[in-house]
Amino acid sequence: MNAAPAWSDAIAAALTFAVDPVGTGGVLLRSRAGPVRDRWLAVLRAALPLAQPLKHLPLHIADGRLLGGLDLNATLLAGRPVAERGLLAEADGGVLVLAMAERLSASTAVHVTAAMDAQETAVERDGLSLRLPARFGVIALDEGLDDEFAPAALRDRLAFHLDLNDISIREAEELAVDAEEILAARPRLAGLRPDHSQIEAMCGAAAALGILSLRAPMLALRVAAAAAALAGHSEVEQDDIALAARLVLAPRALVFPQAEPPEANEPPPEPPSDPSTDDDQTDTEQPDLNQAMEEVILAAVQAALPPDVLAALRASAGRSRSRSHGKAGALQKSGKRGRPAGVVRGELRSGAKLNLIETLRAAAPWQPLRRREAAATGNTARPRILIARDDFRIARFKQRSETATIFVVDASGSAALHRLAEAKGAVELLLADCYIRRDQVALIAFRGQAADLLLPPTRSLARAKRSLAGLPGGGGTPLAAGLDAAFALSDQTRRKGQTPTVIVLTDGRANIARDGGQGRPRAEQDAIAAARQLRAAGITAVLVDTSPRPGPSGEMLAREMGARYLPLPHADATTLSKAVKASMG
Amino acid sequence: MATPFPFSAIVGQDEMKLALLIAAVDAKVGGVLAFGDRGAGKSTAVRALAALLPKMKVVVGCRYHCDPDKPAEFCEECRARAAKGVLKSAKVPVPVVDLPLGATEDRVVGALDLERALARGEKAFEPGLLARAHRGFLYIDEANLLEDHLVDLLLDVAASGENVVEREGLSIRHPARFVLVGTGNPEEGELRPQLLDRFGLSVEVRTPADLVSRIEVVRRRDAFESDNAAFVAHWEKEEAKLRKKIVAAREHLASVTVSDAALERAAKLCMALGTDGLRGELTLMRAARALAALEGARTVTDEHLRKIAPPALRHRLRRNPLDDAGSSVRVDRAIAELFG
Repeated sequence: MNAAPAWSDAIAAALTFAVDPVGTGGVLLRSRAGPVRDRWLAVLRAALPLAQPLKHLPLHIADGRLLGGLDLNATLLAGRPVAERGLLAEADGGVLVLAMAERLSASTAVHVTAAMDAQETAVERDGLSLRLPARFGVIALDEGLDDEFAPAALRDRLAFHLDLNDISIREAEELAVDAEEILAARPRLAGLRPDHSQIEAMCGAAAALGILSLRAPMLALRVAAAAAALAGHSEVEQDDIALAARLVLAPRALVFPQAEPPEANEPPPEPPSDPSTDDDQTDTEQPDLNQAMEEVILAAVQAALPPDVLAALRASAGRSRSRSHGKAGALQKSGKRGRPAGVVRGELRSGAKLNLIETLRAAAPWQPLRRREAAATGNTARPRILIARDDFRIARFKQRSETATIFVVDASGSAALHRLAEAKGAVELLLADCYIRRDQVALIAFRGQAADLLLPPTRSLARAKRSLAGLPGGGGTPLAAGLDAAFALSDQTRRKGQTPTVIVLTDGRANIARDGGQGRPRAEQDAIAAARQLRAAGITAVLVDTSPRPGPSGEMLAREMGARYLPLPHADATTLSKAVKASMG
Repeated sequence: MATPFPFSAIVGQDEMKLALLIAAVDAKVGGVLAFGDRGAGKSTAVRALAALLPKMKVVVGCRYHCDPDKPAEFCEECRARAAKGVLKSAKVPVPVVDLPLGATEDRVVGALDLERALARGEKAFEPGLLARAHRGFLYIDEANLLEDHLVDLLLDVAASGENVVEREGLSIRHPARFVLVGTGNPEEGELRPQLLDRFGLSVEVRTPADLVSRIEVVRRRDAFESDNAAFVAHWEKEEAKLRKKIVAAREHLASVTVSDAALERAAKLCMALGTDGLRGELTLMRAARALAALEGARTVTDEHLRKIAPPALRHRLRRNPLDDAGSSVRVDRAIAELFG
């Protein structure tokens, strides 16, 4: 696909979004900051009527500002509670722009998505209970690289997913937009409804593309209606459906539609719970017509989608789950250190940090009441401000939790022969890195019949080195047992509030099954089952293939594990350490 | 908020709908937790429940909507009222109260009425969300993202059925018994085990995978959006039928018998699964009884147990690192072994 059609699609998305910002949810704009993105935003700005504000939501916005609360100044002046509108309510009737959406925290994202769903914000804060309208469209500026993405809950609700990264500035033509046209299109929207066969075709196309969420076809149909309104069509036409499919379904596609009629005969491989649809279930009213339209839709999607992009998409979808448990350690609330994360009412116990401003804010409204009470009890020693225990606001902090790196070393005969010494050296180097970062390390070795926890999680580098040096080699390869042990230990560390990372060094040639039995096929089956557990739990993992000729078996195992695969045919310890560090990094 | 989507118009999601109905029939079953795919209609179902529930009798003027027929559970204000004379009663919709994630503690448990304090210098208690949810439902969307200190508060109140507030020298206690309903997406983090345990039933929500029901979902949603009132009117008959079923089941509930054999089966099932504590067995029995009442049966049968065991037990299993099968599969396996 050359980029010029990509730009015209991006413009089409901007204009269609401007027609129905609330209905279509919004735009996920995946692009580095730069002139192309600026130009796109300028087009959007021009397309939106002036009365519609663009509100910017900063990344680390406090809940109070986002949701609203008590306006203390106004409250004290007026002598009655005055509410301050939050950003979500302020964005009502306009467009909310989320900067650096790929770093948006789940808790901020959930406030935005809740407001999008209800089209209002529910404020239950500072003694106020309000419901304010919040009807807005969202532009999420996603500057993520590779596998960094805006929160999935947000992405799911945005109809348009655009990627401007491959569009050069020369291709991004500037364009005069008539906001009047958009305004004129809006009233037409109400009368435009997709008919039944179009609904069926869109759902069928989404299913054939392996899109699980039902929001996708719903959003696509709304986009089709908006496109029809913009084009001045009297009803939703084939072209509108095709455009909507290209803009909404194509970027979400997980599988390539099959060449034969995609009437759900072929269950998409990605969703786990996909039953093979029986033929007798597809008793649609006008099967021929729908199928024809569905093919048109799929053709439109296919045209917008080169296969290599698809492969990349699929890879990223597979990884996105484990991404939230990155190497850097999941975020944890903590009382004492880290980045500020709001305040909470609390006792002044040891270690708690009083947030003075918030405490005074909490005390302010009650001053007249307390003065009167103090006077009534004859308390004449009057301090300027009467502060009670209820007012204490304790600052809370977010802290990155500790990472525990779990090394799983294959010490079997086959591995030992080749490169156990190198693996040991690499682990030692990695240990040094972990030590610098104050990570905990643990060591599991498997050989013979079973896996042994040689070293429970520790910070002691010396102990780790000692147990590593004493690691004997030889015997069978009980890979499944090794991975099971790694899973059990990861689960345990996670419960302690640490973030586990598993690094497996193996040649991938399992020959001992879980029950200790011999035999390659069964051992490999067990190993894959064990690997899947790690992926299911979303544990970050790296698989270092230490066999002399890294082959598909190691790669397949890494895939099942959801791990990064590092084949190391001829590497010394330093290269190995570097490679692992880079992939964790 | 606009009119909710009718409960009976929700396509599929039978387990979630059944769990919510069971909670509506017998609040003692405990709350309902619905975890699963995005865009599968979890929130829709909970909000639809509010419109479906039959109205309840309350004391007129009571801020905690006490039940006039249950003097033992009165709040202090109603006790004072009752001592003075006869209580007037009225029928109101069952509250389904949203606990938004950004809520502050004072609004959840209640605090001093700021307006009266500022304007008149009076100390008056302003009830919070827990009071509003008394005898109804408290709904937490994205329950796994709820702040820890709010979770602690909820656990405390859910265990005691009473909310105690000490503020500005004011000491208030009022009844707060509610059915906790939580929804969430497991990819965004797990629920704390203590909170998990509070939910009586846990259902897994999957987006329908067959094309016919997917089309039906989108079609109904489209019809609902294009003409709200007509769609709701179209489904009103179904809603009324379901409402009647709930009312009948509530009346019928006390007379449903549980045989010793059924009790033994439930106990065996829990033992086979190694669920912690007695709560699993109790919930299983209660839910099975509510299910029997819903179906108009006189006694609890194996069929009832079999149907309700997965939601009643799947979140109580100990994790087994060597078993990569999901907990639903494990429950199904145990049921198959026990019931044949």
